Amino acid sequence: MSWISRVRNSLPFAPRRDTPDNLWVKCPGCNEMLFTREYEANLYVCPKCDHHGRIGADTRLAQLLDPGFHLLPDPSVADDPLKFRDTKRYPDRLKQARASNAHCDAFTAATGAIEGRRTIVGVQDFMFMAGSMGQAVGQAFCNGAEAALREGVPYIVVTAAGGARMQEGILSLMQMPRATVMTRRLREAGLPYIVVLADPTTGGVTASYAMLGDIHISEPNALIGFAGQRVIQETIREQLPPGFQRAEYLLEHGMIDMVLHRRDLKPTLAKLLDYLSPAKVA
Amino acid sequence: MISYLDFEKPLAELDSRITDLRTTAGESGDVDISSELARLEGKSAEMLGTLYAGLTPWQKTQVARHPQRPHFRDYLSHAFQDWVPLGGDRLYGNDQAIMGGLATLGGRRVMLIGHEKGHDTQTRIRHNFGMGKPEGYRKAIRLMEMAGRFGLPVVTLVDTSGAFPGIEAEERGQAEAIARSTEACLALPTPLVAAIVGEGGSGGAVALASASRVLMFEHAVYSVISPEGCASILWRTAEKAPQAAEAMRMTAQDLAELGVIDRIVPEPRGGAQRDARGAALALADAIGEELDLLGEVPPADLRRQREDRFLAMGMGVTPPAKPAKKGKR
Ligand SMILES: [Zn+2]
Repeated sequence: MSWISRVRNSLPFAPRRDTPDNLWVKCPGCNEMLFTREYEANLYVCPKCDHHGRIGADTRLAQLLDPGFHLLPDPSVADDPLKFRDTKRYPDRLKQARASNAHCDAFTAATGAIEGRRTIVGVQDFMFMAGSMGQAVGQAFCNGAEAALREGVPYIVVTAAGGARMQEGILSLMQMPRATVMTRRLREAGLPYIVVLADPTTGGVTASYAMLGDIHISEPNALIGFAGQRVIQETIREQLPPGFQRAEYLLEHGMIDMVLHRRDLKPTLAKLLDYLSPAKVA
Repeated sequence: MISYLDFEKPLAELDSRITDLRTTAGESGDVDISSELARLEGKSAEMLGTLYAGLTPWQKTQVARHPQRPHFRDYLSHAFQDWVPLGGDRLYGNDQAIMGGLATLGGRRVMLIGHEKGHDTQTRIRHNFGMGKPEGYRKAIRLMEMAGRFGLPVVTLVDTSGAFPGIEAEERGQAEAIARSTEACLALPTPLVAAIVGEGGSGGAVALASASRVLMFEHAVYSVISPEGCASILWRTAEKAPQAAEAMRMTAQDLAELGVIDRIVPEPRGGAQRDARGAALALADAIGEELDLLGEVPPADLRRQREDRFLAMGMGVTPPAKPAKKGKR
């Protein structure tokens, strides 16, 4: 499936708190009709099958951070550095994505607290152009890390990406080393860097900041990988094993530390921040 | 015997006429034929020069993938001396898609690491077509760390369509290996010069190319995804690859303009595939110069400068004003 159709498929399950008439929502996991209010109250996890729905940046931040957090300013980058055009102009695609999202691009960072522990949280939103990484995503990630370094607090990042922002070409690829400079600075400053891998996390995001955390947490059944499944199948012409590139599979192969239900995420992060608190190093 | 690319067809026809005429000339010793031969050879050389001066991005992609284009082993044999191959990641295996070892470049001792694609069916399979697996990137990490400890500069030759997309590669952490290899490049306390010599394919390339100075051959390409991959996603058909190659701005000339690479290394007339030795010597000269320049940078500044090179990338363009943001929902 291309990222375009993936976005299209994921849209009906985007949180739509501004449409109260949207009373029912169909679970993409078990196809059950769910009471929207119940689904929301359950953190967008299906009460029937535990399918973890994809959520936008604001919803995620509100789930993880104590009330009263502040968004960091949007990164200052050029919108269309290559003057890219495929079947559509890239600025038109951006305009379309911005029309259905509260944010300017796919990565939003905030400063706040998790059960009273100060931290920076960055969230990647799959609903914005499949969470694809371009200059705005890369710079927002770097700004989040910069804020953590400045405030001397941990950095927690929730990843979700269908791949590279192809419309930004090589500048999209260059976000990999750019983000890696920052994860290394966090490490050298003795600040914890925790990655929460949400569904899906693939491509260059996985091959840079999503795999460089001190601790890797994933949500159940999240797709996590470097290469796309279709590409792998076309290359090796073999059947992919059951559960391939799913969170539990990565746990088994030693790539992540734990798979957590969304309801356990915030308390676990709080506990981890206690253990890895920079104050305890000094 | 060079194999001609599709767009070189007029040249192939001319060259075949020259070959025929040369055979005839050899038999008859006719003076008229020799002067005609000289005229056609001049025309062929001119046509080759013109053709390669105006290659499109898609044509350059084909040149970068030319089956006779020199690879790691060719550059090694023509331009480096005293090669000591080193192998293995000490964890799993010895990937043949990424080679590494100690080498000397015009008297400079370096750690040399690079992709090798192979040159015939047997070697292509052995080197997995230059598509590195996690153990290959972990070997690169090991060698870079060693180079750092012994004060050796690192030279990388990048030539891959991308990291290997396979079940076992994913199981062993392809993404993590690439991320750590990129990190090892950035953390290196000694100079790191990378050269994109053929294809610079996505994360598999950047893992060896996060360097202090990035050089690129005149007809090499470097991109986030192959033109075919980009076309099949954005245009819904791989047949639009030529348009995708154009739009992605993946040529050395484009990338120099964008500030992603630092230096374009000229190729022999008609591309590196026509003169491996000439290409290797030009590359060696350029790498040598860059190593000498980096040798003058205080070691304490090397890492910082490399980090700043990447952090500044793409930030030079003044961003246009964004549309007013909607309120939080
Ligand atoms: Zn369900």
